Amino acid sequence: MQYVYNSNKGIFMSLDWITIALYVILIVWGWFSVCGACYDYNNPDVFSFDLNSGKQLIWIGTSLLLASALLMIEKKFYYNATTFIYIMMMLLLIVTIFIAPDTKGSRSWIPLGGGVKLQPAEFAKFAVALAIGKYMDRYGFNMSNLSQFFKVVGLFLLPMILIVGQKETGSALVYLSFFLVLYREGMTGSVLFAAFAFVVYFVVGIKFGDEFFEDMPVSIGEFWVLLLTLFFTIVLIGRYCKDKVVVRNLIVFAGGLELLAYLFSEFVIPFNVCVVQLIVNIGVVVYIGIQYAYTRTYKYILIMLFTILSTSVFYGCDYVFNHVLQDHQRTRIEVLLGKKDDIRGAGYNVNQAKIAIGSGGFAGKGFLKGTQTKLRYVPEQDTDFIFCTVGEEEGFLGSFGVLVFYLFFIWRLISLAERQPDVWGRVYGYSVVSIFLFHLFVNIGMVLGLTPVIGIPLPFFSYGGSSLWGFTLLLFIFLRMDAERNYKNR
Amino acid sequence: MLERRKFVIGGIALFVVLCYVIRLSYLQLAPNDYRKIAESNAIYNKIIYPSRGAIYDRKGRLLVFNQPAYDIMVITREAKDFDTLDLCETLHMTRQEFEQRLEDIKDLSKNPGYSSYTQQLFQAQISAADFSIFQEKMFRFNGFYVRERTGRQYKYPCAAHILGDVAEVSPTDIEQDDYYMAGDFIGKQGVERSYEKVLRGEKGVEVLLRDSRGKIQGHFQNGELDRKPKPGKDIFLSIDIELQMLGERLMQGKKGSIVAIEPSTGEVLCLVSSPTYNPRDLIGKNRGKKIMDMVNNPSRPMLNRAISGAYPPGSTFKPSQALTFLQEGIVSANGTYYPCNGGFRYKNSKLGCHAHTSPISLIPALATSCNGYFCWGLLNMFGNRSKYPTVQDAMTTWKDYMVSMGFGYKLGIDMPGEVRGMIPNADYYDEHLRRWNALTVISISIGQGEVTLTPLQIANQGATIANRGHYITPHVVKGIKGGAIADSLHKVHHTKVNPKYYDYIVSGMRSAVLTGTCKGAQNPWYEVCGKTGTAQNRGHDHSAFMGFAPKNNPQIAIAVYVENGGYGNAFGVPIGALMMEQYIRGELSPDSKVRASGIQHRSVN
Repeated sequence: MQYVYNSNKGIFMSLDWITIALYVILIVWGWFSVCGACYDYNNPDVFSFDLNSGKQLIWIGTSLLLASALLMIEKKFYYNATTFIYIMMMLLLIVTIFIAPDTKGSRSWIPLGGGVKLQPAEFAKFAVALAIGKYMDRYGFNMSNLSQFFKVVGLFLLPMILIVGQKETGSALVYLSFFLVLYREGMTGSVLFAAFAFVVYFVVGIKFGDEFFEDMPVSIGEFWVLLLTLFFTIVLIGRYCKDKVVVRNLIVFAGGLELLAYLFSEFVIPFNVCVVQLIVNIGVVVYIGIQYAYTRTYKYILIMLFTILSTSVFYGCDYVFNHVLQDHQRTRIEVLLGKKDDIRGAGYNVNQAKIAIGSGGFAGKGFLKGTQTKLRYVPEQDTDFIFCTVGEEEGFLGSFGVLVFYLFFIWRLISLAERQPDVWGRVYGYSVVSIFLFHLFVNIGMVLGLTPVIGIPLPFFSYGGSSLWGFTLLLFIFLRMDAERNYKNR
Repeated sequence: MLERRKFVIGGIALFVVLCYVIRLSYLQLAPNDYRKIAESNAIYNKIIYPSRGAIYDRKGRLLVFNQPAYDIMVITREAKDFDTLDLCETLHMTRQEFEQRLEDIKDLSKNPGYSSYTQQLFQAQISAADFSIFQEKMFRFNGFYVRERTGRQYKYPCAAHILGDVAEVSPTDIEQDDYYMAGDFIGKQGVERSYEKVLRGEKGVEVLLRDSRGKIQGHFQNGELDRKPKPGKDIFLSIDIELQMLGERLMQGKKGSIVAIEPSTGEVLCLVSSPTYNPRDLIGKNRGKKIMDMVNNPSRPMLNRAISGAYPPGSTFKPSQALTFLQEGIVSANGTYYPCNGGFRYKNSKLGCHAHTSPISLIPALATSCNGYFCWGLLNMFGNRSKYPTVQDAMTTWKDYMVSMGFGYKLGIDMPGEVRGMIPNADYYDEHLRRWNALTVISISIGQGEVTLTPLQIANQGATIANRGHYITPHVVKGIKGGAIADSLHKVHHTKVNPKYYDYIVSGMRSAVLTGTCKGAQNPWYEVCGKTGTAQNRGHDHSAFMGFAPKNNPQIAIAVYVENGGYGNAFGVPIGALMMEQYIRGELSPDSKVRASGIQHRSVN
């Protein structure tokens, strides 16, 4: 492809200064938070390079240099270099597994000497974003072509697996956010819906699996998972197959039967309603199978698959939970779901984080006046749990402000992505959006005790050169692409 | 079509942010305890203990001072992997005692403030010798620490009841005064208790920041909230420690009490209670055991008989009767004679007396301690229906006189444990006796029957007579360095008797020394006035003496009470005489020294 310059605006003029302003605001805000988090009572000089706040200044300075440099590199360079970058990045991830020393159980940090360490996982994201963008920009790419779809998925599943190999499950999970990009590019929403449904099953199943209804030998978790399965199945058929008769039959017969069973158990003779539900759900599967035989609509098969998987999830998640997850992951989930109240152990971090944020109140304790974070009651206080410092020192005003700025930042990026002249630019843009959104969702959710503790940084706030550089790289490649939006495809 | 999905993605972002804002407002805006929890996490109030005030006697001799003591502390969560046997040996305990102690520490009902993260008291106040051995080995005993504290030490092995002691606060102490925290010391008895607030000073505090590993990181708000400790104030007792020591020596092997008061000030010069104990015995880890031993000892050495023992005053009570009769006009000093032929006889009543001339007037009656005279006096008073409509009215009048002389109620000495003694009133007899008259209660006139006084009250009567009609609240603390004692301790109490009548009593008490029952108190240096008492008792009589000297311008008033000591002049008079001599002359004459050691070695079983 060739581009010609077709605008009287210079690159400088076409740059999206709003995004850059938001970037600078967030980075400066982040630096103040790092100051609060790593403050040392014996060394109150926040500019000291012995402290993370001082070092963070170096990372910020170098990031700004990196950003300026990236703005000089033309879009077409990446277009040509994408394959190379992707392959090199994957090799680096593989090499990391073998050469990285064990750091708190993970093998993702490569020491560069002088105490500086590099985490390649933070840099792989932009390579993947470039790669899937380029792949999907191909002429004739079609999302509903299963082989092409799975190739795209493979492009981000590969680094995900490699990073899991480095025992950095948290960073690996970030790659799931690319599904959001695929959704924007035409992947059926039912995939997101199914993912959502399975999360619900998992949470309900684990949390209420061993609790029982009053006076009935029925597991609350099992009952709801099976009922939700039926409900979601009916919703999917209504949405994608649009056969009102089938929907009506399912509601009347399957739903009615389960309702009858419940009422019988509640008012006549208590018995395990789930047995009836299980039989009904098997019946539903058979019924959908018959529908497929009549209509030959492959959607029925997919929905049937969903129903089967859903029904088995409750029985499966118990297995996954007890046999697949590692001990610390299991405890984290149990604590999050309130099944375990382990203030001294696994719940300690989350509890202390809540105390830090809660103690900030409306206006916060003031810059450098927080105690929870500085005195290390909150773990990882200047990296993963940096939002605690915001909450403690800047209170509700500050935390609310950070969230609002992030929301504008993400919305701005969405509109930039939408104005890209080609699929490549748009896919890359949405990759940036999805990655930031995922980090925001998981990091702040974990600090607030709403999502499991997954160790990923809050972009621009968490201390660390690798993550700051990684996010700067990701963002400014896109900003340069965006600045070239007025170049005309020749 | 697909472009519309940007709203879905933007909506997801909005939804996530909304959820988090709701969660944030729940955490930060709803009322909660997070701020308090954060502060209790981070803020460590380090208590700085002030030094406790010292105690001096009236001549400025140091009695009680501070000395370092060492407590062994344990953090149970750290206390593992060490040589238990070695530790037990160093601390002189058996393996069983060691296990038991650890269990007690962890038992929340016995140790409410238990936490496995903080130092808990393992053994209190080990000796300096044990401490130095322990300190050498301490690095091997994981989780064990030493806390240096300030304990008390006593210069003289006496005056235990007056000085009292300090020990760790009890849960009730903490409940009553939130100044105290578990492990603090508090005065338990004597002036250590009654002057606790003066002696203790005020604790200081350093508000420190403590990180999650327990390391101190600095002062909270740059030390703005820190408070310096205020040292406790020294106190000066009115006690003369030399006199006190002599008193304790003379009372050896006897039960009872000696109380001496400076009449002009109400200052208590000595307050002996026997048997007593060495205050040094209650220092250190054996305190609890020593106290249990004493509590179980039938002779009750812990009881401060001087203020907590109520005894029948016997004849030492007679001056108060004489004063009442004079003031009420029942008798006149020189004009009233009552018969006494070997005692008081009226209708069917009989009350024995010893041989003396008869009939007899007031002054010789006091000198010879004539029972008959005082019985007749009371009979005439209580039977005087023209003056008192009923016997109850007479009784009430009598009671008011007694109360005005400091009987029947606590005198208000600045020490814990004072009792009020017993002065019966009309209600009492109405309740306990169906019908009663002067004859029924006749024995109260000679200090028997229902009447009981504390040795302090008897001594105070001596002081009142010495002052010719008034007394000052007796007190053992003379002064506070940088402060003043309570005004109530300077209060002058006037009796209901005109001072002029006191001169007759003084004359009576003087002739008791010259010609009567107290001849043993006579001496060539100054004029002693005295009154013996022989209080009847189920077993042997109690030997009592009340006196003051010199007759004019008295310096000392004294009461001696020896349980089961027999006649008043058996123990009361000689002990009283020696005490007055010691105080007034500053030392005992050689003859007196011989007599003193004789008394010292005479026991009363």
